[in-house]
Amino acid sequence: MKKSSFEVDVHHVTRVEGHGNIYVSINNGAVSKCEWSIPEAPRFFEAMVVGRSWSELHHITSRICGICSIGHTLASLKATEAAMGISISEQDLKLRKLALHGENLQSHLLHLGFLVLPDLLGVGSVVPLVSTNPDEVNTVLRLHRTANEMSNLICGRTTHPQRLMPGGFSKIPSIKELLALRKKLQDSIPSIQAVVELFKSLAVKLPNFKRETEFIALTDPSEYALYDGKIASSDTGSAPAKEYLAYTNEYIVPHSTAKWAKHVRESYMVGALARLNINYKRLSPIARETADAFNLLPMCYNPFMNSIAQLVEVVHSVEDSIRLINELEVAGLKSQPDYNLPTVKVKAGAGVGAVEVPRGILFHDYNYNEKGICTKANCIIPTNQNHGNIQQDMNALVPQIVNKSQKEIELTLEMLVRAYDPCISCSTHVVKIR
Amino acid sequence: MKPKVAFFDFAGCEGDQLQVANLEEDLLALLGQVEVVSFREVMKGHSDNYDIAFVEGSCTRLQDEDRLKQIRKNAKLVVAIGSCAAIGGINSLKNYKDLDSVKKVVYGESGKLFDSYAARPIDAIIPVDAYVYGCPIEREDFLHVVKSLLLGKKPEIVTYPVCVECKKNENVCAFERGQFCVGTVTRAGCNSCCINEGTICWGCRGLVDNPNENSHKEVLIKYGLTVDDAIGKFKLYFGWQEAKR
Repeated sequence: MKKSSFEVDVHHVTRVEGHGNIYVSINNGAVSKCEWSIPEAPRFFEAMVVGRSWSELHHITSRICGICSIGHTLASLKATEAAMGISISEQDLKLRKLALHGENLQSHLLHLGFLVLPDLLGVGSVVPLVSTNPDEVNTVLRLHRTANEMSNLICGRTTHPQRLMPGGFSKIPSIKELLALRKKLQDSIPSIQAVVELFKSLAVKLPNFKRETEFIALTDPSEYALYDGKIASSDTGSAPAKEYLAYTNEYIVPHSTAKWAKHVRESYMVGALARLNINYKRLSPIARETADAFNLLPMCYNPFMNSIAQLVEVVHSVEDSIRLINELEVAGLKSQPDYNLPTVKVKAGAGVGAVEVPRGILFHDYNYNEKGICTKANCIIPTNQNHGNIQQDMNALVPQIVNKSQKEIELTLEMLVRAYDPCISCSTHVVKIR
Repeated sequence: MKPKVAFFDFAGCEGDQLQVANLEEDLLALLGQVEVVSFREVMKGHSDNYDIAFVEGSCTRLQDEDRLKQIRKNAKLVVAIGSCAAIGGINSLKNYKDLDSVKKVVYGESGKLFDSYAARPIDAIIPVDAYVYGCPIEREDFLHVVKSLLLGKKPEIVTYPVCVECKKNENVCAFERGQFCVGTVTRAGCNSCCINEGTICWGCRGLVDNPNENSHKEVLIKYGLTVDDAIGKFKLYFGWQEAKR
């Protein structure tokens, strides 16, 4: 057979958040170059927040990412609260968990419905699906709308939340509104199961590729960790969030404005698949059944299954939200004053906030002086932690598919990048201050 | 023939394009009226043949200017969506700092590898035909602008401050609650959404045309606040506009 030579050059991969490029060069059937690079314009958030007040940090850092603005806000609040020794009420904790579920649902449904589904159905975008698969598209849109309404109800907005603030909430929903949300979530379960069936029928199109790697996610003995927990590695065990730097070890590569990260191997993976691999046992009942139906069990080393892990988490977020609202109902929702401004005793200190956001573990780390002015900040974004793993996956995958056509290789690599659901504009914001 | 539209993004969080995706069923209705030829965030494929270009994000480096100029050349109408594109947005916080040290803080010695200059709105580089303000944009606002453009009208821009909407909504004034708010000088059109949610106006829609500085000073004096308090909050979103004044 004649050995072929060609290039795969995808400038700005589509259907991902932000700008990333794939370049592969095949020479006489052998891979001579394989590179994942990030040309996104850098934004320098860690430098921008220095000199700003503790009362503004969550507002500013929310703007790191439109899609995970709730997660950034929560990580920011947790860092500020840790630095100043601020605690929040049990009720506010539950409401924050609901906020995070709302974002997880928004983000995962957008990714699955708009970004992944077109690949599985062999089209370039969701637009042609509107006429060919109207039921499926409408189901996803309806679920996505419910997720948006949920974020709106808890946070006061779907993107760049308003009500979340250091020490609590400026405004909270009424119990009536929460119970209406619960009804909506309960009613959405059949639609979600229809989406699960759709993906089940298409799962054979996901490449069967495996590469052993390290997974890192938050973990907690009492629940499927999202809002809080210890850092856990599939290779080395767990540690408190404040020791995150021992895990993330960021470094700079010349072809990327985003920083890369590594722990005990060349790279590690964060996100839904990492969470599922580490915390599978704590999934809610139907979510666990869903994972089992896809044979998605720890340890799964196929990165393309990250999308399916997101689908499992959609089910989990709905079930767990219903549970949280039940608990709020039983405890009796305590009202709070209008324009609530939680009392904060400003003091100097340092604090780390770690939260699982849709794309993986997120860290914010701040130092404040005695006036509550930020003197140093570090944010480590999930996608940064995944860039190295995407590259390693490509290095392993391309030689396996080198005999396929240029078009097939291109699509497979694009699908790989999309499976990670990268949030590239986030990932170019950051790095550490020494 | 349906007008062809394209979406582009520069330095920003893509939260404004997300609001377009969040139109849900309205998005399907919109897709019946226009043909989307480029929207990297949600579709594969791209064409340089478009009538309306929606641009998100601010321009923060020289190499992006050519791309903006090309978009201007290709499009009949250019619309800036969101604070970063319309007024420079939160990115202009870095304009108050020494750029070399900013790069060093974030990337260390490798900082010099990365090209960056003061963040600016896209109309600092190319003429812009219409604006959708906000961080993020309001979905209804976006639809209103699109409808106006499709009907061949210039979308009207609100020229009064957020205070007007806030009073109508019968909110307790943030200053009365002991907080500092920039709704006095910020362009309205958001229905005072942040204050309704119990916080303050942060200024994301930018300075209103002809802000009433005297009355703003009176407010500061009345509530015992200093110009430093004001400048601090102005820096969040008004960086580029203030530098030009």
